[in-house]
Amino acid sequence: MFSLLRSMWLVFLHMFHKRETYQYPEEKAPLPARWRGRIALTRDPDGGERCVGCYLCAAACPVDCISLQAAEAPDGRRYPGFFRINFSRCIFCGFCEEACPTYAIQLLPDFEMAEYDRQNLVYEKEDLLINSQGKYPGYNYYRVAGMAISGKEKGEAQREEPPVNVRSLLP
Amino acid sequence: MEAHYWWIIGGVLFVLLNTAAGLIWLERRMLALWQDRYGPNRAGPFGILIVLADTLKLFFKEDWIPPFADKVVFVFAPAVVVASVLMAFAVVPFGPGIVVADMNIGILFFLAMSSLGVYSIVLGGWASNNKYALLGAMRGASQMISYEVFMGLALMGTVILSGTFNLGEIVEAQKGMWYIFPQLLGFVIFFIAGIAETHRLPFDIPEAESELVAGFHSEYSGMKFGMFFIGEYLGITLISSMIVTLYFGGWLGPAFLPGVIWFVIKTFVFIMVFILLRASMPRPRYDQLMEYGWKVLFPLSLLNLLGTAAIKLIIDK
Repeated sequence: MFSLLRSMWLVFLHMFHKRETYQYPEEKAPLPARWRGRIALTRDPDGGERCVGCYLCAAACPVDCISLQAAEAPDGRRYPGFFRINFSRCIFCGFCEEACPTYAIQLLPDFEMAEYDRQNLVYEKEDLLINSQGKYPGYNYYRVAGMAISGKEKGEAQREEPPVNVRSLLP
Repeated sequence: MEAHYWWIIGGVLFVLLNTAAGLIWLERRMLALWQDRYGPNRAGPFGILIVLADTLKLFFKEDWIPPFADKVVFVFAPAVVVASVLMAFAVVPFGPGIVVADMNIGILFFLAMSSLGVYSIVLGGWASNNKYALLGAMRGASQMISYEVFMGLALMGTVILSGTFNLGEIVEAQKGMWYIFPQLLGFVIFFIAGIAETHRLPFDIPEAESELVAGFHSEYSGMKFGMFFIGEYLGITLISSMIVTLYFGGWLGPAFLPGVIWFVIKTFVFIMVFILLRASMPRPRYDQLMEYGWKVLFPLSLLNLLGTAAIKLIIDK
């Protein structure tokens, strides 16, 4: 009986404790810098798109919310012709970010995407591209990859040796 | 009847139904405060318009009657609880002269009406034709029947001291001393029985949402569920006002406030205690509840009755 009264008293005292609630729309919860929310397409240091249209993100997506079409620029760079994410399906799992070989897809600390019209949740490439390098500053896929594009032949990438003519090595 | 009575009846109904609705907000707010939250605070000042929003929502819910239910009884049951509790309020003296029916058998009428509330639970659970509802109804019936026994017995202490069943006269008899002091044991027993009677936590065993879905009102939706809800809050108000009337001097209090205000203040204190109980107590097991009732409270209330009677006889001699 006494312990019941004591617990009632202790619960009563909670009236004067600090509230745990964030009054959300007015008072925002602090999000960590690497919080995984809305998906964005980052750019390389030169301002070009990082995405090379490899479809790995679309393959990794468990809810099939990513759709894209690869295209090739005259200089040999691949880029997505269109890149569309249906955020009414996206579950913010971050698998696309993990799958992306060029650090193009990154998840931002932003989750406030409520819309009155469902169609507005379908983001096109223009909506997804951000003017930032995201979590990997200084990374440029074509500078480190061995793929030849106009203005950069094979072997000219960073930390890459010129290709060896295997036939000239014959004994 | 004189116009005077119509005003009292109308006023009592108006205040009670609004109190019951307001308690929805008050309870959510207080529970939140005791759990370090804010509770509903958006709609209107302090979020009090949540009551309006909740009621509107209930009205727009699908009013579904299960095809396997006993339709007449199913519709009838929720009305019983509200009607019987409102009837019981007829004898509660809210202030000097402010009482709907100044009956000489006030306490007996209150006991009878609060017992009628069991019908609502039993009929609602039975008519739902659902095993959880039936289990809840069975629990509710046995809980309320057994706790009514010593609820009545605990009340007899005040009846012995005041020598009347009339609630107004009982309040008048407390002018010298509130009955909480000579009848502390009776008060504790009545309070515990009152919690069980309104089947509130920690004695919400007929509902027991973690075991029985929602107990006797599992199948109810829309405003029929709302009636059970209102009935529960009216029950809290009834038990609180009965505690105040019988043990805390009813409308009596220092003269700078009118009697009705004192009554309302005291009643609200006990409503708060009811909510605090819900915030802090775990639910006992069903057999523990029965054991506690019959093996502890029942003998204690008999002892209380005997002791009070003996002391009264000795003093009167």
